Amino acid sequence: MAISLTLNGEARVIDADPETPLLWILRDTLGLTGTKFGCGVAQCGACTIHLDGTPVRSCQTFLGDAEGANITTIEGIESPAAAAIRAAWTELDVPQCGYCQSGQIMAATALLTETPKPTDEDIDAAMDGNVCRCATYARIRSAIHLAAEKLEG
Amino acid sequence: MLHHLTSPIAAATPSRRTFLKLTAGAAGGLLLALRLPGSPAKAATGDSLVQPFLHIRADGSVMVLSKHLDKGQGIATGLATLVADELDAAWDQVQVEFAPANAEVYKNLFFGMQGTGGSTAIANSFQQYRQAGATARAMLIAAAAKAWSVPAGEITVSAGNLSHASGKSAGFGEMAGLASAEPVPAEAPLKTPDQWVYIGKSFPRLDTRSKTTGAAGVYGMDQRFDNMLVAVLARPNRFGGTVASFDDSAARAVDGVSDIIGLPSGVAVLAKDTWSAMQGRDALSVTFDDSAAEMRSSDEMAKELAELTAQPGLKAHGEGDAEAALAGAAKVIEADYSFPFLAHAPMEPLDITVLFDGSTATFWTGAQFQTIDQMVAAQVLGLTPDKIAINTLWAGGSFGRRAQPDSHYFAEAALLAKAWLDKGNAPRHLKIVWTREDDIKGGYYRPMMAHKVRVGLDAEGRIVGWNHRVAGKSIMIGTAFESFVVKNGVDETSVEGLGNTPYALENLHVEVHNAKTAVPVLWWRSVGHTHTAYVMETMLDRVAREAGKDPVAYREELLKNDPRKLAVLKLTAEKAGWGTPLAEGRFRGVAVHKSFNSYVAEIAEISFRDDGTVKVEKVVCAVDCGVPVNPDNIKAQIEGGIGYGLGAILRNEITLTAGEVDQSNFDSYLPLRLTDMPQIEVHIIPSTEAPTGIGEPGTPPIGPAVANAIAAARGEWVTNLPFSRSGLA
Repeated sequence: MAISLTLNGEARVIDADPETPLLWILRDTLGLTGTKFGCGVAQCGACTIHLDGTPVRSCQTFLGDAEGANITTIEGIESPAAAAIRAAWTELDVPQCGYCQSGQIMAATALLTETPKPTDEDIDAAMDGNVCRCATYARIRSAIHLAAEKLEG
Repeated sequence: MLHHLTSPIAAATPSRRTFLKLTAGAAGGLLLALRLPGSPAKAATGDSLVQPFLHIRADGSVMVLSKHLDKGQGIATGLATLVADELDAAWDQVQVEFAPANAEVYKNLFFGMQGTGGSTAIANSFQQYRQAGATARAMLIAAAAKAWSVPAGEITVSAGNLSHASGKSAGFGEMAGLASAEPVPAEAPLKTPDQWVYIGKSFPRLDTRSKTTGAAGVYGMDQRFDNMLVAVLARPNRFGGTVASFDDSAARAVDGVSDIIGLPSGVAVLAKDTWSAMQGRDALSVTFDDSAAEMRSSDEMAKELAELTAQPGLKAHGEGDAEAALAGAAKVIEADYSFPFLAHAPMEPLDITVLFDGSTATFWTGAQFQTIDQMVAAQVLGLTPDKIAINTLWAGGSFGRRAQPDSHYFAEAALLAKAWLDKGNAPRHLKIVWTREDDIKGGYYRPMMAHKVRVGLDAEGRIVGWNHRVAGKSIMIGTAFESFVVKNGVDETSVEGLGNTPYALENLHVEVHNAKTAVPVLWWRSVGHTHTAYVMETMLDRVAREAGKDPVAYREELLKNDPRKLAVLKLTAEKAGWGTPLAEGRFRGVAVHKSFNSYVAEIAEISFRDDGTVKVEKVVCAVDCGVPVNPDNIKAQIEGGIGYGLGAILRNEITLTAGEVDQSNFDSYLPLRLTDMPQIEVHIIPSTEAPTGIGEPGTPPIGPAVANAIAAARGEWVTNLPFSRSGLA
């Protein structure tokens, strides 16, 4: 079945089973491997993408759910918030193994887009679903605050 | 079609014969001397300088070859730092990639084989990678001296530029080709520490850009090739179980499924993509033979371990007469501890891609023990190790999981590739993907352990005797490492941190029982220290409080002979304001431990939530790991080590019911999350000692530091882990 959607600003028609998780469409069908497979059950956030600007777990979002939607992945995210997040991530050397960081950046960018000056409580609420086994959490928190400053700056 | 596996191919393990000889390593580490065919990359072009550990290209880029896997610990950047410093390269011209599998050139100097682990990467490479940079620098200078007809001694090198007072100058790229024709100097002089430009500073990691942009091909999981098939396996649901039979008719009907192949380790479903392979596996019907499987529950196993510790064990360490000392003690404090199995659960589950053409095989994965991986694959495929190429990729974590004495995931991939070819198929890229469930249920856990400790005190509260029994499955026994590291039945990794403690403890006896189970066990970030530090540091705290002494002061007294351990303890106490009043509802606990030749002290400050669970608010830490090559990375590793240890101590355990693992994913094996993360303050002791480990040493002290803080509040030390068992998490 052909599903029409917009992916990273480009109109696409994807002919696949609408029950397929978007994660595998992105990674295996389209070769966008920046979105990671971590758990498959929406428990770790490594597969976070934006669906019409909202962060969602692509392992539990199905191709059929994306009909007509605007999908953004780590490869395509470009906004002042995303630029500030990436700059802060780089400045604080947040990633260690890095495998979760695509999802962290997608979640943090969505937070900053919605809430340009997040409190620690805002960060807790937005980021607690994103697991980092290297435990880079303290730097993630600091980098979100730093990115907020950069955005303001 | 119903399949019966009548003659499964023997599972491969590295042959002990391949390890030719053992000699003591320079740093007291394990040195397995072996030679493999194959030679390092030779200069292929005339305009580059190609050396084993770095390539300087005509475009001026300096590509450092990391012999070690970087699974997040910053190793690659660290090795590049060592080269760049001696080379006097500009930081922005430095890049890093992983070296090919070749033990002769790229062996870990402490192991004698190519492999990463034991927090040895920087320690074993410190001299070697600096020397590599200095050598290339000398060759560039020699080339420039010839080209400019000036004495070599008059040429200066700075930030990737060669220059002479006459006004001549050249970038590294311009001189690389000429330099490649120069003889390789035997011993180019190294800088003195005051001349270092990168070592000791915090230059940014070289992998941050690719890890923040979703760059393609970074990880094993992301490998893609034309016509590649993805395989997932249905593996036995009990350890030691085997596949008896399977019905794949429904699985073959799943869209995208190409083939189903029975292997000794499970039934592989091969499909055009990962999702189809997973769907195919769900449709499989497999019957397992559990006749040789572990059928017990983890509770039964824990009971067995506790019973073992009631009996004297194999002597691991002994000074004086502990029993006599305990008999004559004014007071004896006794405690029993229980530690669960722990899964590593790195963010990237295991994956491996293989291409086998019948005479050579190439693998793509975050390989951690390349030499063993090569040997195991070679044995399965009937090749010599030099026919096995490994493309080591950035790993999405490991924490020990990818450092495999039996290289089971390489063996499985090799068996699949062989079976694929044996069926008459043309060579094809095959990628095995482990799901999170496969990872959590897949074994190779930190072993379940039990400790029984009896400490005797005199009337003044001084320790006069210490008997310490440990029971659990040995990590080393039954592996290729056994004959090198297991002495008189004692696997040092079961008891490390006890007998060799820097504390001055008289009449210290350590005994060990090696328990048997089919559950495969493995090192897990900081190995034996994960449990020995917990017991040692909570017992010392308890002893100090029984003696009416301050826990820091009591430890200081015992550390008189170890100034480095004493120094981290003192600095941490000072920075944490030990002894100063705390806000209401806050409590402090301290722990200090030496592991991987590094010293770490941590003071945890905790509070309790309304539901009685513990919240770790803040951890102050001091570390002495010798020369701090990259201080910010040291801080990152301590932060990560604390987080990793804290998550486990709070609520991680792998349990078995009738031999089957109860947990399956992050909804049942609950990882540390952002809201659990304490504020962490790291202080690094300046040092000119040779660098020591940093990937693991941050982990051991956090559990006991938090347990001691809980005891400060409640007067009781948690001895049955994780804390969730006591309602504390």
